[in-house]
Amino acid sequence: MKEKILKAIDKNSKLTAKELAMMLGSTEEEIEKNIKEMEENHVICGYPTLINWDCFENERVTAIIEVKVTPQRGQGFDKIAERIYRFEEVTTCYLVSGNYDLAVIIEGRSMREIANFVAEKLSPLEAVVSCATNFVLRKYKEHGMPLVGEAKEDERMLITP
Amino acid sequence: MRNPLGKKITDIQPSGIRKFFDIVSEMKDAISLGVGEPDFDTPWHIREEGIYSLEHGKTFYTSNAGLKELKVEITNYLRRRFALDYKADGEVLVTVGGSEAIDVACRVMLDPGDEVLIPQPSYVSYLPCVVMADGVPVTIELKEENEFRLTKEQVLAAVTDKTKILILPFPNNPTGSIMTREDLEEIAEVVKEKDLFVISDEIYSELTYSGDHVSIASLPGMKERTIVINGFSKSYAMTGWRLGYACGPAEIIKQMIKMHQFAIMCAPTNSQYAAVEALKNGDKDVCTMREAYDQRRRYLVERLNSMGLTCFEPLGAFYVFPSIKCTGMTSDEFATSLLKEQKVAVVPGTAFGDCGEGFLRISYAYSIENLKKALDRIEVFMSEHSKNN
Repeated sequence: MKEKILKAIDKNSKLTAKELAMMLGSTEEEIEKNIKEMEENHVICGYPTLINWDCFENERVTAIIEVKVTPQRGQGFDKIAERIYRFEEVTTCYLVSGNYDLAVIIEGRSMREIANFVAEKLSPLEAVVSCATNFVLRKYKEHGMPLVGEAKEDERMLITP
Repeated sequence: MRNPLGKKITDIQPSGIRKFFDIVSEMKDAISLGVGEPDFDTPWHIREEGIYSLEHGKTFYTSNAGLKELKVEITNYLRRRFALDYKADGEVLVTVGGSEAIDVACRVMLDPGDEVLIPQPSYVSYLPCVVMADGVPVTIELKEENEFRLTKEQVLAAVTDKTKILILPFPNNPTGSIMTREDLEEIAEVVKEKDLFVISDEIYSELTYSGDHVSIASLPGMKERTIVINGFSKSYAMTGWRLGYACGPAEIIKQMIKMHQFAIMCAPTNSQYAAVEALKNGDKDVCTMREAYDQRRRYLVERLNSMGLTCFEPLGAFYVFPSIKCTGMTSDEFATSLLKEQKVAVVPGTAFGDCGEGFLRISYAYSIENLKKALDRIEVFMSEHSKNN
């Protein structure tokens, strides 16, 4: 049941417990209980909204920063990752395999703001060996949902056999 | 000038759906629950394959019966999913949608005066196809108390010594009903006893919600008496590609290929290449879509029942067929007033045969948000029209 709930709300967190109960053939209480459990276990960590800021008046700049770090004795990457992800400019932070260690995605109001963050906050950290900043030019798809193109209209004929 | 038209076609009534379509299309901002095709786009990897085939100049006819590779994949698929065993060479014909297969099957099997049993409510094409093939349609009224399944007794009551074919439209459009293995075994018995043939339209075979679909052709002694019709429209959301197929005894398929060759040449080449990809790598897409339909189905059935539009639990296709008896209206009145007052379009049950009177076909090939909006409006409509008020 939990997996069914997660799959259903993955793309639409607005579904109510009552609706989920009908869709999944369960009861409202059962759904609420499961969701609560998953919230407590951090399976469900929040209910954010997928916003395409490019369509909104005040523009934002997003950058993906490739960060190489020196892992610290006894704490591996976790400590340094935490020091980085705690900055509120950081929206996403992954430890990755490959040519660098941390993929850090940050959002700012301007390129200057991001440049300042990298120069003043990120690079000076002792464990950070190097940073390569990639500015995002256009967002096509996030969270499995396309961000570009016009809202898709139902092109089917209204009544068909 | 003399009449340019033949009598056979002019005598056929236009589809009830068409009539209602004309009313709906004049209505601005109506929400429709009236379509008979999936709301999903064709999965991208399948479209990609279609594009690739165009890029690589696959723009010629294929052989009449269809691409060899596709025929092989179809037989693999039917074996894997429904335990049907066909030879790619000689027992498969790739057609322009399931509809062409129905038409061609009727044309090659019927002589003037042969009777064809057509259970109704059902898809709108069977009757005209039979008539155009000089057959005599004999309808069997499916009953709500049987959950719109066909019973042995009903077939026996309708069979005469002229009966040649039984059309078996399950999972059913518009009722959503299915036939279980036991139901089919009973029918198969009669079919063999009375020496009939079956045209089994299994286009919704991937959309069942209580275990896998059973094909009558997989029952003992039935393969040689059955034309199985299936296609890509519903299972892979490929309606616009126009691709279906028929499988059956070589003797019948051979004549169907002849007819198809003269009328059509071959099914669209690009669609055939895309369909190969669908059958090879599309199982996962089918599962995802089935799961989504299933959620909507439960949601719809529960809400309709709670507002007095009672329906049995439909276990196939993507339609619910609720009764509107509690309103005292006819199907036509209900659908027309609902459209005028609440701007929601549904199809009157009568579009699928006279015995659809008292019912509506509501499609759930729509997103949950869409269904929610439409159902809220139907709820308002019901509270205003309920006879108990």
